[in-house]
Amino acid sequence: MTDPAEASVAQNAAAKIGPPLWLLAELTYRCPLHCVYCFNPVDFAKHEDELTTEQWFRVLREARELGSVQCGFSGGEPMLRDDLELIVGEAHRLGYYTNLLTSGIGLNEKRIDALKEAGLDHIQLSFQDSTREMNDFLSSTRTFDLKRRVADLIKSRGYPMVMNCTIHRHNIDHIEAILQLASDIDAEYVELANTQYYGWAQVNRDQLLPSREQLERAERITNEWRATHGNKMKLFFVVPDYYEKRPKKCMNGWGNIFLTIAPDGKALPCHTARMLPGLEFPSVQASSIREIWYESEGFNRYRGTGWMKEPCASCPEKEIDLGGCRCQAYMVANDPAAADPVCDKSPLHGRITDVVALAQQPGNPAQSKPLIYRGPKESLKLDRPF
Amino acid sequence: MTHESGINRETVPKVGRNFRIQWEPAQDAYVLLYPEGMVKLNQSAGEILKRCDGAANVGDIVADLESTFNAQGLEGDVIRFIELAVQQKWVE
Ligand code: SF4
Ligand code: SF4
Repeated sequence: MTDPAEASVAQNAAAKIGPPLWLLAELTYRCPLHCVYCFNPVDFAKHEDELTTEQWFRVLREARELGSVQCGFSGGEPMLRDDLELIVGEAHRLGYYTNLLTSGIGLNEKRIDALKEAGLDHIQLSFQDSTREMNDFLSSTRTFDLKRRVADLIKSRGYPMVMNCTIHRHNIDHIEAILQLASDIDAEYVELANTQYYGWAQVNRDQLLPSREQLERAERITNEWRATHGNKMKLFFVVPDYYEKRPKKCMNGWGNIFLTIAPDGKALPCHTARMLPGLEFPSVQASSIREIWYESEGFNRYRGTGWMKEPCASCPEKEIDLGGCRCQAYMVANDPAAADPVCDKSPLHGRITDVVALAQQPGNPAQSKPLIYRGPKESLKLDRPF
Repeated sequence: MTHESGINRETVPKVGRNFRIQWEPAQDAYVLLYPEGMVKLNQSAGEILKRCDGAANVGDIVADLESTFNAQGLEGDVIRFIELAVQQKWVE
């Protein structure tokens, strides 16, 4: 029998850690598109295994018992799972608010009706750009017209729609046309999310980072649109953190509210964390969500501020940003426990400002390197975590 | 009582089309759920919003709250909150 004193200590420790309110279910890494900024791991092709329908049911049930309530279904392209309707149905029955994050490929009348029937609450549709030429160039597919049709389908079924467009050097100057497109398809929310440099975006970083001038123009146009078009569409403009002096509070804190389950069942504090060295992330195939969230080394390592080194450890702002992003620290400073180099107190901040300086010189050789499109062949060829 | 917003005792408020209110034991609170977002409601906000069912008018809601919580004079607070909720599109 457990000693009651010990049990209550364990309970108190668990009580300080809040529940995983947000569950991101990455149902598959497969995707018909080849986005140059794809946020999937560069070595995704090595992780082909996928959880079964029943395993996803168990994940949903156990996370819901702990308090998860917002649930996102993403990928890759989640429509590639034939059992998506079943999984969404189970999530709905359990009381989740269900979000589908899709490129729209595979979302036809039959499936959207089945998803509605299953209780899906909302659809986020991603576009690569405002015109057929650029959309198809950036995704390396012919999908623009299809996405337009999918947008109409989503609206015809009464769904609220978030239109998401990842912004970078090659489409940022089309921001006005992108906003017009969002308005034409009647989106309720528009996310103009500047590329964050992880995964494939990190591979293509020099080619994708916009100049300061481009950014300021895009932000100005977005603000003008807000001022002149009322609040029918809610606009979000996310600045790339390379242009900041302080890092973002990544994932609102490591192991704080977000739980990602990768296609093969790896449980991660964030969908890019699987790249971090020296940290074993648990799999739902071997552990319960409760053990994963409260007890695993993978989730506990960077919780709070106890793990910090200088300059974060003695920094008066450490509670504000929690030292920034662990993946960025690893990618840029080669140490996952370092200060996020976006911070200008980091001794390696120069590695960020060098890249930013390069982005101000149009036509420099780094920018003109060919873009690498995400795909299984390229993944195996690159054979590296980021 | 009439307010500039036009919300009065006869108004029939309804939780917005793209929002859902639900009790969450893990948070010990009502939460408002919407695309990729969530607001944790304090007790009074939760109690008011869950009564915005598109059937009861503001007068009914005030009466119900006053009897449930054995309180009086809640009308001003309820109207002020509903005005705010309309601005946020939580209520239509
Ligand atoms: S970013 Fe593009 S390639 Fe990557 S999963 Fe999304 S749609 Fe597919
Ligand atoms: S030194 Fe660390 S804690 Fe302080 S602001 Fe920079 S990243 Fe945040």
